[in-house]
Amino acid sequence: MTAKLILSMDGVVLKEYPLSKERMTIGRKAHNDIVIDNLAVSGEHAAIITILHDSFLEDLDSTNGLEVNGVPTKKHFLQNNDLIEIGKYKLKYVNEQGGQVNPADFEKTMVLRAPAKPAAPGAEKGDATAGAGVIKIQAAPGAKPAALEETGKFDAQQLNPPVAPAAQPAVPAPQAAVVQILTGPNAGKELELVKNLTTLGKPGVQVAVLTRRPHGYFITHVEGASHPLVNGTSLGDQPHRLNDHDVIELAGVKMEFYFKG
Amino acid sequence: MKIADALEIVSQTNPGMVRSHNEDSIAQELACGLVVLADGMGGYNAGEVASGIAVSVLATEVCQRLQDASPTDRDAASGEELGVVLLRDSIQRANASIFHAAQSQAQYAGMGTTIVAGLFYDNRVVVGHVGDSRMYRLRGETLETITRDHSLLQEQIDGGMISVEDARVSKNKNLVTRAVGIDAEVVPEIHVHDALVGDIYLLCSDGLNDMVEDEDIQSALYAMQGNLPLAAEQLIQMANDNGGRDNVSVILVKVNGEFAVPHGWLAKLSHWFKK
Repeated sequence: MTAKLILSMDGVVLKEYPLSKERMTIGRKAHNDIVIDNLAVSGEHAAIITILHDSFLEDLDSTNGLEVNGVPTKKHFLQNNDLIEIGKYKLKYVNEQGGQVNPADFEKTMVLRAPAKPAAPGAEKGDATAGAGVIKIQAAPGAKPAALEETGKFDAQQLNPPVAPAAQPAVPAPQAAVVQILTGPNAGKELELVKNLTTLGKPGVQVAVLTRRPHGYFITHVEGASHPLVNGTSLGDQPHRLNDHDVIELAGVKMEFYFKG
Repeated sequence: MKIADALEIVSQTNPGMVRSHNEDSIAQELACGLVVLADGMGGYNAGEVASGIAVSVLATEVCQRLQDASPTDRDAASGEELGVVLLRDSIQRANASIFHAAQSQAQYAGMGTTIVAGLFYDNRVVVGHVGDSRMYRLRGETLETITRDHSLLQEQIDGGMISVEDARVSKNKNLVTRAVGIDAEVVPEIHVHDALVGDIYLLCSDGLNDMVEDEDIQSALYAMQGNLPLAAEQLIQMANDNGGRDNVSVILVKVNGEFAVPHGWLAKLSHWFKK
């Protein structure tokens, strides 16, 4: 599904523009793909560059500039529902790719090939100048910019509900929890378990870790001569799930685990 | 120290929480200092076939050659070290095998795989990779990516089109610009790094680094460096706790001692007698 821009002024929708080309320009002059005939708009005001499912907005050194979601911007990686403002005109960016495509389809690894034969090792793209790969794709003559080889990783998972975009897992964080040290020189100190993994002890000597997982907190013995105790019982090598007010003892120091709030 | 005594290697592979089968393949050959990880792609079971071919070609080719040659020998033709030549050649040979299988059998058409391999010798590691499987290195407290993905997104990052932060929400993930077995030829990227005692090397498929932030990978490796099997388990668990949307594989290599190849005529002589 192609992303699009919806042009409006004073809340009235004027027109929709599908982002069907790799480069679309916005400006006052007639040769632009999106023409806004208003004196506050520069002849060539801005461009939108679309590469597969991602679109980028770029100000073409316009006189009056532009704003995205109320912030003056020169260059911006567009996200669904971003609002671009040029003078009194508003352009809403709509790209529902992630939400509507089924997860199996979204996940497939594909190979993006340059149309030509692989270049000589000397011309390897790692050493190439900035953006060479992308420009190569844009400048590719004829037909499709680059052959998109679909080597589908289709699984029978298409009925699954859509999942969140990668690296932004919609995993509910468990309730906040704290470890309070009860004995020793640091008695009274509190350690908030804000990270997914909290280390107790010193690597190379004696280590236990507290891991925060979607369904709770666990303590695991990692290394060292003595295994930690929980409520007086020594832990084995398996992770142990912590309950509210459990008392942990590690290398002679006692501490209490409890949930916050 | 012999390489088998100097290195500790553990590995784990897991289908993840969503996929029904595992298209990743891994191999570890401690005796010749080789680790290989491949993430296959292609319909039905072709992905597994491609990654399986890649891993077994590398393991066989490299280890066989090193039975009667030293990786520090100079290649007569190029003047490069044998270890470097061997890794490059065997990736290209894996490419040819997969490409031919894909050409000759309809059900394998279009299959391919990423690959990342490390060959350890003489206090160094030769790293070869194609695609978006990665090698990280933990040295001291610092985790670094020592491969650079062959992916559209990485090219955009390099070109300054998109920031690393924005790249995380890009909709163009999973687009690799190089893969093994897709074309008749492939150019593997090969680099040599010094390996220090205490270093931990992590090879992983994108099922790990797409699901787990580098910061969390770092803290797990650092905290669990004294217990490598637990560290591997932790990494996979974090990927699955975060949704586990892809197969996830990890290989961990810890350098416990020096593994310099003895040089000089005496060493060569004693090596010759040992044969």
